[in-house]
Amino acid sequence: MEAIILQILNGLDKGSAYALIALGLTLIFGTLGVVNFAHGALFMIGAFCAVTLSRILTLSHTVVDETQKDFLGNPLKVDVPYVMDWFGESTGAAIIDWAVPLSILFAIPVMIAIGVIMERGLIKHFYKRPHADQILVTFGLAIVLQEIIKYYYGANPIPTPAPAAFKGSFDFGAMMGFDPNTIIYPYWRIIYFAFAAVIIGAVFAFLQFTTFGMVVRAGMADRETVQLLGINIDRRFTLMFGIAAAVAGLAGVMYTPINSPNYHMGMDFLVLSFVVVVVGGMGSLPGAVAAGFLLGILESFASMREVLAVLPGLNQIIIYLVAIIILLTRPRGLMGRKGVMED
Amino acid sequence: MFGLDKKDFRLLLLVTVLVALAPFILNPFPEGSGMAQFNAGYPDLMQRFVIFGIFAIGFNILFGLTGYLSFGHAAFLGVGSYAAIWMMKLLTMNVVPAIIVSVIVAGVFSLAVGWISLRRSGIYFSILTLAFAQMSYSLAYSVLTPITGGETGLQPKVNDPRILDGSLADGATPKANLFGLEMGSSIEWSVGSWLFTFNAGYYVAAIVMLLAFYMSIRIFRSPFGMMLRAVKSNQQRLNYTGLNAKPYTLAAFVISGMYAGLAGGLMVAMDTQVGAERMFWTASGEVVLMSILGGVGTLIGPVLGAGAIKYMENILSKINSDILHTWFAFLPDGLEDFVVTLIYPFIGKGWHLTLGLIFMLVVIFLPGGLVEGGQRIARLFGRKKKSTDTPDGKTTPAE
Repeated sequence: MEAIILQILNGLDKGSAYALIALGLTLIFGTLGVVNFAHGALFMIGAFCAVTLSRILTLSHTVVDETQKDFLGNPLKVDVPYVMDWFGESTGAAIIDWAVPLSILFAIPVMIAIGVIMERGLIKHFYKRPHADQILVTFGLAIVLQEIIKYYYGANPIPTPAPAAFKGSFDFGAMMGFDPNTIIYPYWRIIYFAFAAVIIGAVFAFLQFTTFGMVVRAGMADRETVQLLGINIDRRFTLMFGIAAAVAGLAGVMYTPINSPNYHMGMDFLVLSFVVVVVGGMGSLPGAVAAGFLLGILESFASMREVLAVLPGLNQIIIYLVAIIILLTRPRGLMGRKGVMED
Repeated sequence: MFGLDKKDFRLLLLVTVLVALAPFILNPFPEGSGMAQFNAGYPDLMQRFVIFGIFAIGFNILFGLTGYLSFGHAAFLGVGSYAAIWMMKLLTMNVVPAIIVSVIVAGVFSLAVGWISLRRSGIYFSILTLAFAQMSYSLAYSVLTPITGGETGLQPKVNDPRILDGSLADGATPKANLFGLEMGSSIEWSVGSWLFTFNAGYYVAAIVMLLAFYMSIRIFRSPFGMMLRAVKSNQQRLNYTGLNAKPYTLAAFVISGMYAGLAGGLMVAMDTQVGAERMFWTASGEVVLMSILGGVGTLIGPVLGAGAIKYMENILSKINSDILHTWFAFLPDGLEDFVVTLIYPFIGKGWHLTLGLIFMLVVIFLPGGLVEGGQRIARLFGRKKKSTDTPDGKTTPAE
């Protein structure tokens, strides 16, 4: 029992990342009908938003500290971040410590801007072209974005720690009434899961309960009729692209403490996220989220020692295996709608 | 001739001549001159030109004719490579059995993958092939380590059985050969300050590539090829006329898988080692880039694309900022630094950026790839002479 709960928990954080990226992919596909291979790059850019902000916050100037001496007896030179000057030492230190959560605020406008620029500048011209062309051009775009990031940030992973308050783990088992020390779980992962749940909830609420969301849903169902009603649906879809980009970006921001960002992290996630979207059903938002969590948890179950003893290497291929089986038995995916990408 | 019409035969002849003379054509700059680094006429790179040419030709038979975009072709290349290296370890260092077996094994593997993947089309097909390729890659890295060597990969060892070869002389290392002709051996010929290298392995690969190219021309012009085009233009109509498209697409898939296996086998024949990274999905992406860049659905396009990408990979990535500074030394100092910083991100380690940009520009403005670009240029200048161009209007070397 403990082992099962532990594996479910372990699957949650990866599953959250899959679900968030797949949600964005499905949003773009459902609204604009575009297969966006650059979505992984947006996830990666989000992660680098966090890196950038923590670098900006630690911008510092050197002061000579007379109270401290180095080993030669000269006054020690200390780097003092500007934030500490401006907000006082303790507040400044706290701001630096909380760089990753603060990056959320920084990343939302940046990602929406990037998304809108992408859609207006490039994707717009590809609505009428075949899906293969869309895949290819966004694939090229992903390479370009990736290389730009690599040029500015280098090829090595950049560690970006979580705030000190959330470092370490807690005994989840003891809280749930199991024996202590059976289920140890890092704080940040549970936060990541909660964060993902909030974002997913927010996106669904936005689509379900606002007028804007209603128009977007109407546009997804029948674009032409909505246009005939005199609504500028293109502008709304552009904004939806921005929101999808922001969702991917936020997934990336919060993922940085779990996995130090490097320039190709997006591609690694993208391939899996596409599989997730296809398993969930092309164009189905709940399907994408459900499949994301499902595959994340399945993956962590497959990496249990007991399973690996029977079927070695299963953890490496489980997602692809499930995808193949689903695609062959339920061609529309778990919750796919009829008539979406049927050809 | 050879069952080709005049135009195709001329194209084949042109490619043959270019491939045969590649050591000269690719070495236009004298040794030691500032431009010598643009020379591509060294064996390793020339071999890669033709091998990836084969890979792209095969991919083009599937994608160019049927329109099915496979994102997992590297798996067949990898499987072919593994088959070839095992032949070299168990049977003989002669490359002939290795290459034949690699083609057969890749064909069988692609038959299995294609039989499943081709149940779906469009993006689902792409995802399925991608899933199979990633599965093969992960398995080769982890569970199948006894067969694939895992992270270290495989290479022929001195004490492998090799039942057809005699025992090696003391201290000798096993080398790939074709009935005694070693793949690594080359003849060097220096004329003035030029140095031309004629490598045995390159010419073996080149002959195989010409055969593969000839085969692809025949397939393009055959009724079978026509049927594949029909699949691309309208599969539904094909079904309504009472024809089942599946056997045709499956045949195309297996043929292109065999081409990939052939390329994998040749890779091992030239450089006797294999690693699982050969099957990673970026490698599949690379062959897609090659075909699109050159011109999908054309005969010569994929070969051009393969050449262009491999040239960029090897030559562009060698340039560093010092070299740039020497090039722009004639500019005033401040301007020189400015120009160098402007160009620097696009070369050296950043060559992928250039590749991505070029690829995007091609997809956006020139869906027909380099071949279409050549045709447009030919049309601009071609009014004076009569249209005696090759089918694609290109005379660029077919590396």
